[in-house]
Amino acid sequence: MSPGVLHFVQLVVTGLVIGSVYSLVALGFVLIYKATSVINFAQGEFVLVGAYICLDLIVRFQIPFVWAFLLTMVFSVILGLLVERLTLRPLIGEPTITVIMVTIGLATVLKSMVTLFWGTQIKVFPRIFPQEPLNFQGIVVSEVYLWTLGFALLFMAIFAAFFKYSRAGIAMRATAADQQASQSMGISVKRIFAISWCIAAVVSGVGGILIGNINGINITLADFGLKVFPAVILGGLDSIVGAIIGGLTIGILENLMGGYLDMYFGGGVKEVAPFVVLVVILMIKPYGLFGTVEIERV
Amino acid sequence: MPTGLFHTRYEDDEKIFHTLWVRIWMWSFVLFLFLVFPFVASPLSGFFGFSVQHMANMIGIFIIGAHGLNLLTGFTGQISLGHGAFMGVGAFTSAILFMKAGWPFWLSLPAAGFVSAGVGMIFGVPSLRLRGLYLAIATMAAQFIIDYAMRNWTSLTGGSAGFNVDRPSIFGFALDTDLRYYYLILVLAIVSTLFLKNLLRTKTGRAMVAIRDRYLSAEIMGVNLFKYRLLAFGISSFYVGVAGGLFAHYNLVVSDEHFTMWLSIQYLAMVIIGGLGHVLGGIFGTIFMVLLPELLRIPTEILSNIYPNIFAIFGTLRELVFGLVIILFLIFEPDGLAARWHTIRAYWKLWPFSY
Repeated sequence: MSPGVLHFVQLVVTGLVIGSVYSLVALGFVLIYKATSVINFAQGEFVLVGAYICLDLIVRFQIPFVWAFLLTMVFSVILGLLVERLTLRPLIGEPTITVIMVTIGLATVLKSMVTLFWGTQIKVFPRIFPQEPLNFQGIVVSEVYLWTLGFALLFMAIFAAFFKYSRAGIAMRATAADQQASQSMGISVKRIFAISWCIAAVVSGVGGILIGNINGINITLADFGLKVFPAVILGGLDSIVGAIIGGLTIGILENLMGGYLDMYFGGGVKEVAPFVVLVVILMIKPYGLFGTVEIERV
Repeated sequence: MPTGLFHTRYEDDEKIFHTLWVRIWMWSFVLFLFLVFPFVASPLSGFFGFSVQHMANMIGIFIIGAHGLNLLTGFTGQISLGHGAFMGVGAFTSAILFMKAGWPFWLSLPAAGFVSAGVGMIFGVPSLRLRGLYLAIATMAAQFIIDYAMRNWTSLTGGSAGFNVDRPSIFGFALDTDLRYYYLILVLAIVSTLFLKNLLRTKTGRAMVAIRDRYLSAEIMGVNLFKYRLLAFGISSFYVGVAGGLFAHYNLVVSDEHFTMWLSIQYLAMVIIGGLGHVLGGIFGTIFMVLLPELLRIPTEILSNIYPNIFAIFGTLRELVFGLVIILFLIFEPDGLAARWHTIRAYWKLWPFSY
């Protein structure tokens, strides 16, 4: 392959890996929106908390990775439950801006707690996955990237199965479709709300651990949660398939734009490119690729 | 003194000051701000342990900005998470025109407002099709894009270091001290408050409130949604732009780090805690939010006897308390301080016959 093509493929592959983690976090985000109509600005902080908890379990308590991973998930469930019960439930029925603002407040609280406990220094995960680069005909991919991609895909598959076959998953889809109807069928909507927040916290925590393995973690990992917005807007705010496709697309797109445009704009294009894409999508196709178009009647 | 509402004409209902007493109180308050406050500020500073004059100036600047956001969010129902960046646009505009292009201050400050208004309206265009959540996300994107521009357009903005700005003079009157600058801020804050209050009594203001309450009905009644939404974005951004210009010349340095997402969040917190859709809300909310860090200093100093290194984490503690305050306010006092003020006032007005 010529160097130009190689560079391109390299960028796409790296973008795909980061994008798979975006997809995972976006999944949690869409889940909350679908079930409870809440836009969660604290999604990135869930990512942050998950990553730090796992790191602490491994480094300070010397727990093997697998157990630390599972314990982090348990902790995320508790975090999700607490958040839903303490801050979101009292606000059911309040206007949009109130709910947005409370999740922003939540984000601030979680972020400052993380800073209080763990400081702002960048911390590196101990080697869990091998870092040796693998060479596929000139395309260099670190093994940890492949593991990340694998894990992200695995989790997405698990959740797809969960929604399709499990009782709770079907109840969640029913609630998303019509709250009143599902309530009259005997589904506890409050329980569904709680479950959505738990799942969102868990997938974000997993996302945090995966990203932490690649880049190390510090407080800026929370910005990851904001990058999820372009992904979900592209896919459509209330579409799970959209979240996955949107996440992968944004991952690839930001990497490509970073790779090709950085030299013209003096760096950091990666950070802003997804938001430019976001504005463009909102202007052209506000409900995204798979979102439900709101039809309003007086 | 009236013990209830006895309006018989619409003109009575629309009056800003319903009774003579309110008018007298208002005038005496304004006179107090002009004549008495500057002289009690420095003794008070010694008492509180921070510069009261400086705080008053910051409150004045942010009141202008908060009024702007309140017009957009509280009165027109459009959420904006980009007002921090719009303020930055104003700050940089005024600073660049004043320092690099050599414009006089009395031209560069309004220019800051107009450029901000232009930028705000560009990002307000999606508001025709978007509402609520989607608009919040669109304005958040605006915040990040402008933030990036401020940081990376080095030739214009000086990059992340920013550049120094001088204190201006206006028609030969040098605004070189906090006190002198205070009068400029005070005048502009009063003018902006009056403008907002009066705007709401006009056709434009009523159209905006109609859009907030039920935009479909408003459209059917003949309100041009696009025009008024865009106008709301424009006026609102003009307000924060002017606030930004004032801030730049007061702070003496402009750089992108003052105008991050954090500022946008603070602005929203100001209008929400103060009370969305009340002119007083912007004022109360700003006073509360600006004084909060200073008030936090007192318990921190007491705690520092027990935990000596507490000052190292003061910034983080401040954020923690800030987040908690927002959450608690939204849960327990969702209508804000202004609503509480009205309740208290109504209670006293009718006392002891409040039933």
